[in-house]
Amino acid sequence: MNLLALEPERLLGAVRALLAAKGIASPAEIAERIAATDAASPAQGARMVAIAWTDPEFRALMLADGTRAAESLAIPMRGAPPLGVLENTPDLHHLVVCTLCSCYPRAVLGYPPFWYKSAAYRARAVRDPRGLIAEWGTTLPPATKIRVVDSTADYRWMVLPLRPAGTENWPADRLATLVRETDMIGVTLVATPGDHALNSFASPRPQA
Amino acid sequence: MDHEGLRAHHDLGGAQKYLCQGIDQAAHALTDFDKEVDAIRGVLGAKGVMTVDELRRGIESLPEADYHRLTYYQRWICSIADNLLARGVITEAELAAALAES
Repeated sequence: MNLLALEPERLLGAVRALLAAKGIASPAEIAERIAATDAASPAQGARMVAIAWTDPEFRALMLADGTRAAESLAIPMRGAPPLGVLENTPDLHHLVVCTLCSCYPRAVLGYPPFWYKSAAYRARAVRDPRGLIAEWGTTLPPATKIRVVDSTADYRWMVLPLRPAGTENWPADRLATLVRETDMIGVTLVATPGDHALNSFASPRPQA
Repeated sequence: MDHEGLRAHHDLGGAQKYLCQGIDQAAHALTDFDKEVDAIRGVLGAKGVMTVDELRRGIESLPEADYHRLTYYQRWICSIADNLLARGVITEAELAAALAES
């Protein structure tokens, strides 16, 4: 049988019916799985980042073992590949890609965005990362190195971005609202509060 | 340094064909089809019926034209069905019958 000649919706319908009839995957199990996956979102990763910015002990744990750090916040990691965390510094910026497909730390960031899975992103990230992130309006000082890290089926990466200026004394839950999925992949920088349109270290601080 | 002729077509790091292509940053919401396929793979994985590596093998062995023609989760359902058949979890006759009923 040539599966590729079939209408994918029909193929799904047939697979769904067979798995249900054989007691392998019931509609209820599938619905439960969808609900669990929908519950994972970039808000989980953002919470980890914000706590890492405010709690040195948690930061050390997160950099040493992302999976354990996530679990310590009751984020479900069972069945997920190990999570590695890449620490951005003023001298070193990280960018995550999966050149072979779409490997992504779904437990802490949710479903990967469409562009992350695109051929253009996968091709360009390893060849011209600086030019690539410029498409998001992100510019780094020329002296800042960029390290591109390939996520794989067996190991998933997220970025611990730099804490933006102007957030001293902010509690973690407020800091978490600043952190976007793109910041944790490395195509953007966490913007200084009130300056969300810009993505540059050199961007002027807003007047208080 | 030119490995273009040697690489598998899913191995896109640095692939010249896409180096000048812009990034479509728009959010594309997953469809019900996408979410269901994703969930079925998850259930099959959790029950030990099929691994992520088997999913990948099925996707990576799609002919190049089909790989790029199909959407992301359309590739997945083709790979899932292929794996279920290869493992004998379902038979071609059962699949044909189920397709006829759908």
